[in-house]
Amino acid sequence: MIYLRYLVVGVVFGFVLTKSEAISWFRIQEMFRFQSVHMYGLILSAVLVGMLSIYLIKRFRVRTLTGEPIIIEPKVFHWGNVIGGVIFGLGWAMTGACPGPLYALVGAGVYVMVVGLLAAIAGTWVYGLLRDRLPH
Amino acid sequence: MTEFLSRPLPWYVAGPLIGLMVPLLLKIGNKPFGISSSLRHICAACVPGRVAFFRYDWKKELWNLVLVAGIVIGGALGGIVFRNPDPVRISPVAQSQLSTLGVNNQGGLHPIEVFNFESLLSPRGFILIVVGGFLVGFGARYAGGCTSGHSIMGMSNLQWPSLVASCSFFAGGLLMTWVILPRILGL
Repeated sequence: MIYLRYLVVGVVFGFVLTKSEAISWFRIQEMFRFQSVHMYGLILSAVLVGMLSIYLIKRFRVRTLTGEPIIIEPKVFHWGNVIGGVIFGLGWAMTGACPGPLYALVGAGVYVMVVGLLAAIAGTWVYGLLRDRLPH
Repeated sequence: MTEFLSRPLPWYVAGPLIGLMVPLLLKIGNKPFGISSSLRHICAACVPGRVAFFRYDWKKELWNLVLVAGIVIGGALGGIVFRNPDPVRISPVAQSQLSTLGVNNQGGLHPIEVFNFESLLSPRGFILIVVGGFLVGFGARYAGGCTSGHSIMGMSNLQWPSLVASCSFFAGGLLMTWVILPRILGL
């Protein structure tokens, strides 16, 4: 079952997010209050590892397990990056969670975050509805 | 073994492990690391309505839905089975700033006095959880990604729109933390 590998990746990601307390509202507040290196170090080291890995993938033309070429789509700028970004940030500081942590928190026992997750789905849905009327 | 797995992960271990999600997903299936798209796939699968944005072959993205199901399991493993026996320790300055705003750290991941089912019936709880969650979902889709898709995946691929998005995430968070949140917590 090919999907098993994605389940495993998710489990590892969720485990690491939780054990590193990256899903904690307190840690996110600490970050926005500039009171700890923890979240900055976490994100920056993740990006550095990610950057190095993509560089190596491109440099050595690494292929997938099934021999397909690895092609990463570029991100095209639009004003949603800014406006949506700020809106996301507002919500992030309120819930103390971005999407990954929302899922992890539910698993970790903060069950009220199911409501947060449903609200996030609702927010996504409303975006889809209003999309054509929003500046991009 | 249990004791070993129950230890909290420092950032210099967790960060690189999270960074490795990028090449891992590329290697196993040329998939871009990103989580907020799952919210879109859930909409497409469950409530597409007549909204064009949700009319696409979401089944092709099933891998992403499986992944986020895995995150829930990972959260259970990390937060319950192998949970950290010690309370979350944040800086004393942050702790006292939050106490002044009425939020006390009882050692859990989230302040349980604010994040519980009963508090949904209070303005403070409703706003933080429902409005907050809504803004996360709306904002992430509008931005075209969240901290995983933009800040980690996008920046790893040197995509400047992702840097712009990440700065915007941060700006929004700062605005909320310093200006708006104190008012919400005072409700």
